[in-house]
Amino acid sequence: MARGKRLWSISTSLVLCTTLLFACSNNSNNTNSTSTPSNNAGTTAKPTNDGGTKENTEKKVITITYRDDGIGEEGVMYKWIQEIAANYPDKNVEIKATPIQASEGDYFAKIALALKSKDTAPDIVTEDTFILNSDASAGYLESLGDKVKGWEDWTNGSFIEALKKGVTASDGKVYGVPYNTDSRGLWYNKTLFKQAGLPEEWTPKNWDEVLDAARTIKSKLPDVVPIWMNMGKATGEATSMQTYEMLLYGTGERLYDNDTGKWITKSQGIVDALTFIQTINKEKLGPPLSKVLNGQAGNTATREYLPQGKLAISLDGSWITGNYLEGGAAPWPEYKDVLGFAPMPTSKGQAPGSITLAGGWALSIPANAQHKDEAWEVIKFALNKENSKKLVIASGNITVRADVGTDPEYTQMPFNQIATDYLKNAEFRPAQDKYPEVSTQIQTMVESVASGTSAQDAANKYAQDVTRTVGEDNILEK
Amino acid sequence: MSSLAVQGMEKRRKTWTWVYFLLPSVAIMLVFFIYPILLTVFYSFTNLALTGEAAKDLQFVGLDNYTRMFEDPTVRTSIWNTLVFLIGSAVIGQQVLGFLIALFMKHRNKWFRRVIGTIVLAGWVTPEIVCALCLYSFFGDEGTLNAILQSFGMSEVTWLYTVPMITIILANIWHGTAFSMLVFQAALDDVPSEIEEAAIVDGASKWQVLMRVTIPYIKETITTNMMLVTLQTLGVFGLIYAMTGGGPGTSTTTLPIFMYNQAFVNYQLGYGTAISLLLLFIGIILSLFYIRSMKE
Repeated sequence: MARGKRLWSISTSLVLCTTLLFACSNNSNNTNSTSTPSNNAGTTAKPTNDGGTKENTEKKVITITYRDDGIGEEGVMYKWIQEIAANYPDKNVEIKATPIQASEGDYFAKIALALKSKDTAPDIVTEDTFILNSDASAGYLESLGDKVKGWEDWTNGSFIEALKKGVTASDGKVYGVPYNTDSRGLWYNKTLFKQAGLPEEWTPKNWDEVLDAARTIKSKLPDVVPIWMNMGKATGEATSMQTYEMLLYGTGERLYDNDTGKWITKSQGIVDALTFIQTINKEKLGPPLSKVLNGQAGNTATREYLPQGKLAISLDGSWITGNYLEGGAAPWPEYKDVLGFAPMPTSKGQAPGSITLAGGWALSIPANAQHKDEAWEVIKFALNKENSKKLVIASGNITVRADVGTDPEYTQMPFNQIATDYLKNAEFRPAQDKYPEVSTQIQTMVESVASGTSAQDAANKYAQDVTRTVGEDNILEK
Repeated sequence: MSSLAVQGMEKRRKTWTWVYFLLPSVAIMLVFFIYPILLTVFYSFTNLALTGEAAKDLQFVGLDNYTRMFEDPTVRTSIWNTLVFLIGSAVIGQQVLGFLIALFMKHRNKWFRRVIGTIVLAGWVTPEIVCALCLYSFFGDEGTLNAILQSFGMSEVTWLYTVPMITIILANIWHGTAFSMLVFQAALDDVPSEIEEAAIVDGASKWQVLMRVTIPYIKETITTNMMLVTLQTLGVFGLIYAMTGGGPGTSTTTLPIFMYNQAFVNYQLGYGTAISLLLLFIGIILSLFYIRSMKE
């Protein structure tokens, strides 16, 4: 009896232990390779082959992952992918949208986690060019060098040469095919300008003229938000690029010194840019903090405040008009007459007079993708002249293809011409591995100024943070 | 075989049975608790990152993450915010309020206890994120609180931006008080009414009975509850993240929020793990402090 009991207890305990160990060994594999929360894996994971093999052994599923900012199937990207999927000639390939619903900042972290593992990596991923270099250095992306060489569109000058730089990492290899670019400037509501007695064709010469216009709006139209700039950590790269870098580069300063290869941690430009933000908030020329410091701030400005006539000036990207098209997130047919798009002046009007930063997005193939060759065929099809034109028109972006740039359907879109003109003075973000991290420190700095810290204190904190990130040997003080 | 030897074997067998039954739980502890902690300690000495060069090339950086932590002013702010949040919402809020509610409910009729109990419990059974959204819409610009204020002709206040710390403290009190209430209810029910009556007969006032009899009687419950509530509150993330995101600026950045930001916003997983160890360390220190005060 006793013997039987003992045997039983040993065997149960053994069974339990082995089950546990098996369960755990699987588990630890997962944590090692991805540490992806399961729900994240759910949104990004592609349907595995099992699903396909049951019904059709040939059919391969190519997944495209992009950021969904909350509008789901109404989104431009979703609709575009559906259209590509429907028209794709190779019927053995099924193209599937696998969006990640996240704020701009979270998207990149989720992508990085998804790309770490073969189980979660999509076949195609949309990469913002600012993080492409980092993701390439991390080994997450497949080099497309050999592939693009054999693609006529790439080699025959259809793609604007200068914009290929944005998808070339520091190792000199190409890691993505760009599908859009953008410029930035001051969107303003002409109706409100008229009501406040400001010129309807507005071209501010320097920052003071921008502030003066905002002050006029505030005194004449007290219910209207005079000027909106993204200032929170939650709006991520939009805060760094549309707000801070537009200001900093407008002072003539830069983030990174290309000659010495060092990050600039102290300069008058930094303080001037922050002082501008401080003035906006001190004089209450900006939106209430509760509206501007959350992740939806960008959408609130472009989809609500601007069309509803509650906002006079918005420092934002050229793409915002994509929202106003029929089928967009906030249709507003009158936008072409009501809105104006003024260039962002340099701080004192010094040469070149106005400034814009240019960014853009690309389609890349993850190193862990399962069907790389098929994915490349899909990219070639998706970014051919026709399909690439459809996407930039629907999203309100600027094209990266010269042939689309001269296409009447594209050029007749309001503001496309102006937005493209601004690219003449375009500056690009440093193509540096450390940029994404420096960028989050910029966001922290800008938010702290917006919520009351003095420009000088915030600049000092930024200098400390950047020094810690890039190392003392890689900084430059001016 | 003598009966003594049989007894000895029986005893040994019993000891071994004990070990067999313990094995699965030890295995669980090792794999799900000890292993991750050791891994965390290991990563805290590396430059583990989510993207960039470091993501490919894991390197030991010695104590870099730790020296960085002590130099970083935001760490000090976060520790301070964590303590304010902890004392405000856990020690004072949940503990004191929970105790008071339990005290007022003692000797009341069944219906009163049921109604009040259910209302307080509602906050506790609500999942953290739902709770955060409820309170966000309560304190929001166009939220319930401002609507009430406006109906009295007062102007609205941007609660989440002017007094962010207070809003998250109130949120956590609302969410967690029921736990303390339940614990204290059970403890107070155990206080024999004879002792309290005896004190009253001896001429003690109600206040004196509370301070000199009731509270000393449930002292151990108070310390245990304090420890549980403290550890729960130290780890609060979702509530704060959903309501204020740690902002504006760093005014509600507690250590868990700071850790998340470093690991998943700044992509510095190595630094993030070092901060998580700091959090663990603070938890251990506070627990030891409570355990010691319980012994005294």
